[in-house]
Amino acid sequence: MANNRATQNLPVIITLIVALMLTMMPMSDAISAFRPDWVALIVIFWTMSVPRSYSVGAAWFAGILVDVTQGTLLGQHALALCAIAYITVKFHLLMRVFPLLQLTATIFALLALYQFLLFWINGVTGVHAASVSYWGPVIIGTLIWPFLFMFLTGVRYRVQLGG
Amino acid sequence: MVVSRNHNINPARIPGLGLRAIALLLLSMVLMFLDDRDNHLDTVRNAISAAVYPMRVIVDLPARLWAGASEISESRDELQRDNARLKDEILLTAARLQRLSALHAENERLRALLDARRQVPDEVRVVEIMSVDANPFRHNVVLDIGSNDGVYDGQAIVDAAGVIGQVMKAGPLTANAILISDPGHALLVEVNRNGLRTVAYGTGEFGRLNLPGLPNNADIQPGDLLVTSGLSGAFPSGYPVAVVDTVTRIPQEAFADVTATPAAALDQVREVMLIWSSRQTDEIAAEDTDDEVDDDG
Repeated sequence: MANNRATQNLPVIITLIVALMLTMMPMSDAISAFRPDWVALIVIFWTMSVPRSYSVGAAWFAGILVDVTQGTLLGQHALALCAIAYITVKFHLLMRVFPLLQLTATIFALLALYQFLLFWINGVTGVHAASVSYWGPVIIGTLIWPFLFMFLTGVRYRVQLGG
Repeated sequence: MVVSRNHNINPARIPGLGLRAIALLLLSMVLMFLDDRDNHLDTVRNAISAAVYPMRVIVDLPARLWAGASEISESRDELQRDNARLKDEILLTAARLQRLSALHAENERLRALLDARRQVPDEVRVVEIMSVDANPFRHNVVLDIGSNDGVYDGQAIVDAAGVIGQVMKAGPLTANAILISDPGHALLVEVNRNGLRTVAYGTGEFGRLNLPGLPNNADIQPGDLLVTSGLSGAFPSGYPVAVVDTVTRIPQEAFADVTATPAAALDQVREVMLIWSSRQTDEIAAEDTDDEVDDDG
């Protein structure tokens, strides 16, 4: 049982670590404005697939890690990830039966909400920047989603992760 | 039995989800409030940042390997050219240094005449930028040494060309630093030509600083060198910061629109120098010279 549990947690932990590393990876300034929110995408996938094991708590913890590695306000990404995880879990049954195109549109809305929350918190605490760069990660994240979704679904069935 | 249970419970419902979400949202708000007001959460941040340290090292590995590989594969021609260039540079620098040492000696004599406190040279150490924070709106970097090596909050960072930024939060193994181009950064500077004091704000672009506080009739012109004034306490004085780029004077407005280009290539450096300001060492020295100060007063 314990072994089974470990094999269930492993893909989630590994994908989260990889997402964090992709987020931290040094890149040139021009590309980095279009870096997708890897952690948000991973959190959406796992909360949608296994909401009973991973929901708002896991998303919040991932957000705290992002905050520490990015040097942002402690709790900023945690709040945003927690909010989109809540919505994802709330509608996870609906999202599971969506065709891929419709699901991708939903992801676009979730990512936009995520960026809006970050933008809003930045505004309240007095960090201002060009709003154009906020849309880059949303659009690239949406474009990447179908491939990420297929890849992670493959991973999930390979390890027989039940809902 | 199992089937009837599944019928009773709506499978879409996850018990306690809303409550947990609200609790966590409130918790993050409290965290943000505490983090924004004061640095109450530094210990928490340091602990987690120490935990993710291995990840930082791994992420940084490709860039390091790439730098190492390009060093090995540099051609003989290039090396010779580099060598010749560096020799020239040393010659030039040595010539300049000769004059400098004479000036330094003269300065010491004059200071002794004026009975002023001796200026202790700043202590510097070369450190490497480990990673650059991905957030495009904050110009933050991580340095590869921390408070275990004596790094402190507010410490100045420069490179060969000028000021880079300052340490924001010194963790035990790494230190987070803010660049002068960060939109939240302000730096007290003075115009090298005439000592006019002002504040240089970051804009979020690596190649541009803003000087919004100058009146229309201020004596500033494109090409002026801005240096640190040393009045903020964090930065030692006299390090070049930026060169004034444009000065737009609009008659109706109270303030001129002045932009400057940072002297250091903020987005291209990998090795930077941390300065242990002489002011810090000065305070220790001040205890020895207290008697003299008393005599003056």
